[in-house]
Amino acid sequence: MSVNVQGRVRSSAAMGLVIRREMALSFRRPDQLLQPLVFFLIVTTLFPLGLSPLMSLLRDMAPGVLWVAALLSSLLALDHLFKSDADDGTLEQMALSGQGLWLIVVGKTFAHWLVSGVALVLVSPLVGAALGMPAHAFGTMMLSLAMGTLTLSWLGAIGAGLTVGLRRGNMLLSLIVLPLAMPLLIFGANATDRAIGGESPAGALYFLAALCVITSTLAPFAATAALRITLE
Amino acid sequence: MSERAPAGLDVDSLHIWRGDRHVLQGVSLSVNPGELLHVWGPNGTGKTTLLRVVCGLLRPEQGTVTWLGHPIDRVRAEYQSAMTFAAHETALKSDLTALENLRYTVGLKRAVSDQKLLDYLAQTGVSGCADLPAKVLSAGQRRRVAMARVLAVNARLWLLDEPYTNLDGNGAKLMANLLENHVKNAGFVVIVAHHELDVAVNIRRLELAS
Amino acid sequence: MWTWFYRLASPPYVYGVAATLTPWLLAGAVVALGYGEGVGLFFAPADYQQGDAFRIIYVHVPAGWISMFCYSTMAIAGAIALIWRIKIGHAVAAAAAPIGASFTLLALVTGSLWGRPMWGTYWVWDPRLTSELILLFLYIGVMSLRSAFEDPARGDRAAALLGLVGGVNIPIIHYSVVWWNSLHQGATVAKFGKPTMALSMLVPLLACFLGFMLFFGAVLCMRLRGEVLNRERQAKWVREAIKT
Repeated sequence: MSVNVQGRVRSSAAMGLVIRREMALSFRRPDQLLQPLVFFLIVTTLFPLGLSPLMSLLRDMAPGVLWVAALLSSLLALDHLFKSDADDGTLEQMALSGQGLWLIVVGKTFAHWLVSGVALVLVSPLVGAALGMPAHAFGTMMLSLAMGTLTLSWLGAIGAGLTVGLRRGNMLLSLIVLPLAMPLLIFGANATDRAIGGESPAGALYFLAALCVITSTLAPFAATAALRITLE
Repeated sequence: MSERAPAGLDVDSLHIWRGDRHVLQGVSLSVNPGELLHVWGPNGTGKTTLLRVVCGLLRPEQGTVTWLGHPIDRVRAEYQSAMTFAAHETALKSDLTALENLRYTVGLKRAVSDQKLLDYLAQTGVSGCADLPAKVLSAGQRRRVAMARVLAVNARLWLLDEPYTNLDGNGAKLMANLLENHVKNAGFVVIVAHHELDVAVNIRRLELAS
Repeated sequence: MWTWFYRLASPPYVYGVAATLTPWLLAGAVVALGYGEGVGLFFAPADYQQGDAFRIIYVHVPAGWISMFCYSTMAIAGAIALIWRIKIGHAVAAAAAPIGASFTLLALVTGSLWGRPMWGTYWVWDPRLTSELILLFLYIGVMSLRSAFEDPARGDRAAALLGLVGGVNIPIIHYSVVWWNSLHQGATVAKFGKPTMALSMLVPLLACFLGFMLFFGAVLCMRLRGEVLNRERQAKWVREAIKT
């Protein structure tokens, strides 16, 4: 091709721009950042009320409760990932920017995790303490949640890409993403559980890391393809 | 293929179905440097659909869109950097200011300083809105910001969908001026509008019928 | 050089082939199932541990197997349609999904019925049953996604992509469920294991497999014809086919 493409913006610069844009948007709309966190706290409050305030019982349930609440609240936030940009036409503009949709998808998803995933990880010790988890398990819990929410962000990007044009996409998003996220729950909750019991969580963490790497490499392509289908 | 080297955008017998509706039934067009193509027709004849196919957002079931003789799928990056599309909606993020809106979309296509972006906003008469969030702008101001983005991208091919919407008398004159300048500088324009264009250049018309 | 391929994939041709195949597949299914289920349910010796309850494997195991086979059929057909833009693939995927979901449900129901005499409860979180349940969720997701789109062409492609993503995930889900189960193995949960089977039990089971496969093929052909007719309802050949 001999077409002159002088002055094309480099991919790394474009990626930085997409990430900065997402950050600017999410800090200008703090309610969208806070709501999933509050949801996370509320769901975990439901369990002591529904089960028993007995700390020993709660401690046994803590990893599962924490992980289920984290998955649900992350999914809640993921619904917005492409929707608002698709609604106001800015996603189209970015898709036609010559940068490739793949880059836009990766930038947006990663930025989303940087804000909402990291916030959730930071809040999690609060929930852990409320459920009677010992402090020595917090490190493992946060590490597993960090990998888990990142993996879920990629899976959720596929779901959000597939449901972006749909009016009632929120429910469908959970319906199609949650079955795919079950391995995360298994390994994440197990790692946390072992850390609480004072055992080595390494095995489960390795599995979780493997899932995170596999998903981070494959899911962006699927999410891009999904978005391309629904953008048409 | 004609004997001349293809110098612009060629669209050959496009067909698009939407469910059971045959929206585009074999539309062909071509635009060359210094030409303005005015697409018009009643509502529901596929004008917007045509534009979305031409800019590559929608893949046609049949037919081809070629840029400088190459199918746009093959030269996607080159085509996209030579082209700019202004959709019917203004595509502004309401939480970002006018300047930020430009920075984050134009910046993906070409490196432009904020100072230059402000110049473009001034050219379309909305430099005063640069630091206002887009949600407080009037519909006409939003349209002008979108037009500033078209200028800032500095593309040869403009694909505009109803760019006159919400513009007042002055705005319409400004728009006509911009179109004239672009066409005279060997740019190409495909414009969808439902009224006569008051532009002092050679206008070709493509009428879509239902 | 691809023309033969596209001709094979043309809707009228597929419609015709499916019509021709249906009675043969159905007849084969009746024979194989008649033998397999008949012998399996009435004549094969009872299991020395499980008694007559084990006979449900003549439905449960083939159903579980078809539920997986059908998912791969759906995913592969969707992938072909997505990559080469061969529309008949979407019709195959759309036809296969409800069949697969039904077989998954059958496997779940028979599994839980088996659980009653074995474990004294209708449901245990056995890894295979759990995987099967997640498979049912995946089927439901694919089917809901397809029907959520107003534009059927987009729904088809979205469902095909989700089917593929699910297909990649199924082994991961399955092995993580197995791993999870091995951690929480309680004393009450007996493993199905891989018993060495007497030939008199195995032969009817294989016949049941064959019968289920043929039955699946027959139902797929029938549903595929319906799908093709619906999708091509504007085409001339459909109007002619309906008239005759």
